[in-house]
Amino acid sequence: MAETAATQLLKTRHERRQEATWHRVDWRKVALLLASLPFLLFLLLPLLALVLRATPADILAHLVDPSVAQAIQLSLVTTLCTLGLTVIGGTPLAYLLARGTFPGRTILDALLDLPIVMPPAVAGIALLVAFGRFGLLGHWLNALGIDIAFTPVAVVMAQTFVAAPFYIKAASTAFANVNHDIEDAAAVDGAGPFGVFGRITLPLSIAALMGGALMTWARALGEFGATIIFAGNFPGRTQTMPLAIYLGFELDLSAAITLAIVLLVMSFAILLLVRWALRQRIQTDQ
Amino acid sequence: MVTAQPASRRFHAVRSPHLFVASLLITLLLAVSACTGTNSGGSQPITLNVFAAASLQGAFTKIGSQFHTAHSNVTVSFNFGGSDTLAGQITQGAPADVFASANVAQMNVVVKGGQISSSAVQVFAHNRLVVIVPKNNPANIQTLQDLAKPGIKIVLAAKTVPVGGYALTFLSKASADPSFSASYQANVLKNVVSYETDVKSVLSKIALGEGDAGIVYTTDAATEPNSVTTIAIPDAFNVIATYPIAPLKNSKQSSTAQQFIAYVMSSDGQNVLASYGFIAASQGPQYTPPAS
Repeated sequence: MAETAATQLLKTRHERRQEATWHRVDWRKVALLLASLPFLLFLLLPLLALVLRATPADILAHLVDPSVAQAIQLSLVTTLCTLGLTVIGGTPLAYLLARGTFPGRTILDALLDLPIVMPPAVAGIALLVAFGRFGLLGHWLNALGIDIAFTPVAVVMAQTFVAAPFYIKAASTAFANVNHDIEDAAAVDGAGPFGVFGRITLPLSIAALMGGALMTWARALGEFGATIIFAGNFPGRTQTMPLAIYLGFELDLSAAITLAIVLLVMSFAILLLVRWALRQRIQTDQ
Repeated sequence: MVTAQPASRRFHAVRSPHLFVASLLITLLLAVSACTGTNSGGSQPITLNVFAAASLQGAFTKIGSQFHTAHSNVTVSFNFGGSDTLAGQITQGAPADVFASANVAQMNVVVKGGQISSSAVQVFAHNRLVVIVPKNNPANIQTLQDLAKPGIKIVLAAKTVPVGGYALTFLSKASADPSFSASYQANVLKNVVSYETDVKSVLSKIALGEGDAGIVYTTDAATEPNSVTTIAIPDAFNVIATYPIAPLKNSKQSSTAQQFIAYVMSSDGQNVLASYGFIAASQGPQYTPPAS
């Protein structure tokens, strides 16, 4: 409603002052921004420094270097295997956690979150004493002639161990949040349990599942401690990008920086994807 | 007519938003100042940052505590790791006061980087290589030649780690000797399953039985007498590892750093090193600065 001159005159001096420009600035927002700025800069500066340190010519030169290419290829192959294993093996487990009612479920929940908080080196040692040559299960495998440590299989196992809990958490939360009424309605309409899962539960949870899967992939991509302890470090066989970066730090800093930037770009793209996919989902749900 | 809500009502979580923000900022300032409190000189407590090769862990920890007994205001804080990693950290600006490397090459990386002056470097110990196998010797390795048998799993350190470089030197020396085949080095390298980032990781993998054999220093093998067995390497092929030590040019505790190095070179320090199996400083080559 347009303000007439008369309305203006009827305002008190206080009200007129309040409407002046500088009172319209929300000082709380400015204070919040100033308080957030240092930490934001702290988080962004190292990324910027990394990108500024390498020249495009450097990066291209290193990308064709066989040891760099090997590390990138191994990382991609192993993380995709990890993702596949996690989705196939983790989805039933997540469903059990979401819907099952059995004694000790809370404890199981907490136990399955443990690999997330465990230092990766500890995870590596744990894998070694479980699946290593003289490990709990390992010595049986060894008797059968199967040795896991120092192979790409060990790399996948290390990545899966530390990264799968992200997917399982996301998936079980998603399954738990699906409205039971909708599932019951589908059952009434004649859908069997797999039908209900495939046509109701899964589509309703898919955004969160994708988010969890992508976080698993990102974590697996960056995995170092458990990998180097359980799988070791051998170019082409077990030397993933993070290991190559660590070893390249002394040997050839610019190769390490190239790998670091490749890792950075891949992780950033994944995270952007997650945000975008979730936002799309939230918009369509509303 | 609808009137707009007063702004303060929207921030309804707290009664007084201004007081909340102010107290938050004050708490944060206090926390930050607590974290960044530093000590200055005098007989104030001093922390000496010593970056030392992983193989020095046992001996230097003991030297550090003996030094602390002699100088009660000094706490020696160690950063143990592969000498190549440490050299990389120092040249990128990590705050070290003393650097003790397991080979001259990594010390020279730091000298070339300008953080250490070559005239300040001294050799304080030597070491030798030895082959280790797990106690139960799963691959039945009895001689050095057995390392070239196909199918065994050998764990070495990465070639930029001093002990890894020394191992390659031993292998090439052995290949040149008539008692080994000319392809000894190639065959042994074919058996390598992992290149570790420091000597202690090699030792751990063999002690756990994950690898069939590894090459470490004699001092490392001595720390795990119950888990590993050693196979000696004759002097003719062995490598004398040379350990140099030096203070950093921009150390804030230069005089304490000099005192620590003097202690390492003294008979007390040398006795500790000898007790861990190191060879005396005088019984091997001295420091050679980088060619400029």
